[in-house]
Amino acid sequence: MTFWVFFANNGADVWRHTLEHLGLVVASTLAAITVGLPLGVALTRQPVLRAPILGLANVFQTIPSLALFGLLIPLPFIGGIGARTAIVALVVYALLPIIRNTYAGIQAVDPAVRDAAIGMGMTDGELLRLVEFPLAAPVILAGIRIATVVGVGIATIAAAIGAGGLGEFIFRGVSMVDHRVILLGAIPAAFLALVLDALLHLVERAVDWRARRHNGMTACRFLAIVSLIVLIACSPRRQAIVIGSKNFTESVILGELLAQKLERAGLPVERKLNLGGTFVCHQAMIAGQLDAYVEYTGTAYSAVLQRPALSDIARVREIVDRTYRARWQLRWGPPLGFENTFAMLVRRADAERLHLRTLSDAARHAGTWRAGFGYEFMERADGFPGLAARYGLKFRTKPSVMDLGLTYRALAEGKVDIIAGNATDGQIPALNLFQLADDRGYFPPYEAAPVVRQSALRRYPALGVVLDSLGGTITPETMRGLNYQVDVLHRDVKNVVAEFLDGTSRPGTRQDERQ
Amino acid sequence: MPDLAIEFCGTRFAVNGRTIVGPLDLTIRRSETLVFLGRSGSGKTTSLRLINRLLVPTSGTVQVDGRSTLDWDPVRLRRRIGYMIQDVGLLPHFTVARNVGLVPRLERWPGDRVGARVTELLELVGLAPADFAHRLPHELSGGQRQRVGVARALAADPPILLCDEPFGALDTATRADLQREFAALIARLGKTVVFVTHDVREALMLASRIAVFHDGRIAFLGSVEEFASTDRPPVVALRGLT
Repeated sequence: MTFWVFFANNGADVWRHTLEHLGLVVASTLAAITVGLPLGVALTRQPVLRAPILGLANVFQTIPSLALFGLLIPLPFIGGIGARTAIVALVVYALLPIIRNTYAGIQAVDPAVRDAAIGMGMTDGELLRLVEFPLAAPVILAGIRIATVVGVGIATIAAAIGAGGLGEFIFRGVSMVDHRVILLGAIPAAFLALVLDALLHLVERAVDWRARRHNGMTACRFLAIVSLIVLIACSPRRQAIVIGSKNFTESVILGELLAQKLERAGLPVERKLNLGGTFVCHQAMIAGQLDAYVEYTGTAYSAVLQRPALSDIARVREIVDRTYRARWQLRWGPPLGFENTFAMLVRRADAERLHLRTLSDAARHAGTWRAGFGYEFMERADGFPGLAARYGLKFRTKPSVMDLGLTYRALAEGKVDIIAGNATDGQIPALNLFQLADDRGYFPPYEAAPVVRQSALRRYPALGVVLDSLGGTITPETMRGLNYQVDVLHRDVKNVVAEFLDGTSRPGTRQDERQ
Repeated sequence: MPDLAIEFCGTRFAVNGRTIVGPLDLTIRRSETLVFLGRSGSGKTTSLRLINRLLVPTSGTVQVDGRSTLDWDPVRLRRRIGYMIQDVGLLPHFTVARNVGLVPRLERWPGDRVGARVTELLELVGLAPADFAHRLPHELSGGQRQRVGVARALAADPPILLCDEPFGALDTATRADLQREFAALIARLGKTVVFVTHDVREALMLASRIAVFHDGRIAFLGSVEEFASTDRPPVVALRGLT
């Protein structure tokens, strides 16, 4: 199947995400204009404001976008997950070019023109409306154009906090190690940036008095109408049970599984899949923006509750459930039936050549290896630092920190020699990788189970029934099979999950490949 | 109405405690053309800008029509004072017609009256309305731009006209034409004119009286004849330049 056929097959999704993306960018840019234009004017009237306001906008600009999205999640009103938070962040980034260009454009008006205008008895408002805005318009619009195009880029990150848009493809593609899916997001995003750039360039030319006489207002009105239509088309719909997931394949599959299971029980569902990670999902649950997602007991125990590692599977589950209930009114459903511990992975060829079976075996060779780990693994209490201490691991260089999805590719391509993956990952057989046994029992147990808000259980009593019915239905083999279908065969998550629920999936094929 | 149009009473203007102009005591009579003559930096432009409240005196007052500029609404004050500067300051995105009709329009004159006034003024300053009304300022020569500047300053028929070296940037021939026409125009219209220049010949051509500025003070004030015959050193020095 060529890429363009693949692209065409996903046309509806691409279109939907493109509209979402456009909605984010247009809404945030309009909001930034509403705030930034008056601020820019204020700077020309009150020189003392100049340093603090431009300085602040500059500082905002330097915050990495993913970090800003992360910082906004716990905040009330402007925070949380979803489009609103994304728009707040995008506005923050759009402000600087708009404020700066408004200020610079007005400052650049010929002093003789301003002097004559004031001398003839223009009020400040008349000066602004008749002289300064028309003359500064091309510069101001250039600022708006920069803000818009940059916004198209930054909005792709917004998918990490569930705002939708073309970033969904990109994040999904990275976690599936499927560059075709990445391109589904990247190509329309680039196209969108070019189209908006060209459109605003036209408006810029139209408002430039040097280029023409009087059709500037027509162009502005046209753009305003287009913006309005896009905003209306993209306004979010309020729905009932919000299901989330983290940004890797297994979590997305399990989120989709919850969602479809609930839909089949006749419950209204809204999906917010592919969220940034444990931290994002957890904060969203507490903030009431998510009603349920699938978490791992070990992750909750060590990463969320920050407790030292514990290998007793039942105790971990009990402590997690008790603490979640007491602290956040969140309930743990019954375990789904499989564990997903961290899996330390090497290339199968290396394992055979060096006769590696366990992590202790590997520790002897690690001095010549490079490692590549995801962000979470580097930070977590049950992640790399503890592991290195337990096994005396020392690599040739400091581990490269990269996106989880990319570590698999890096290992397969020989860029790194060891990675921390997930035990149920479909990429393990697909890329011919080998999981080193945790012979010193370092990793805590990671049972997968749904976490759900108690308020949602009260709202929809059927929700509890559905979640209970999922208990123990997914074996490790089933999970690997589902992961394999999505990650390696590049099949659509929705279809894979639907087949599984229908009992029509044929998981036999890659079980043979595994051996 | 008193016979005085503008009066400086002990007027001083200082920046950061340093006196730039003053103290000045000066009366400008209705319908006279008073020329502020002096070298650059002598305080003549600053004094002019005190009249339409682009600057505010540090001490003393400037009275326009018997009222201190501080008691005027600055917008109202400026709309009854025509203002011309060397760089003209035409709005570059407005056509000639819109530039000339600007103050009448700000004053909310009805559209047809503005149009008639614009046509009248363009003819008055020697620009054929059919040819020029729809041009933008950058499509005009320097002399034509300054003619538009004159028309604009006169548009709302202000009793007072302030001119800050309006013809300073023009070539000699064009300047001579404009000076001659301008002198005839203000004589006919009976405006009170305050005209800033460093050009003695221009002063002699336009003035009914001349005030010579030196170091922020008025070093000489008198008629053209008195200017020609006085032996005051700053005046002698200026006369030497002609």
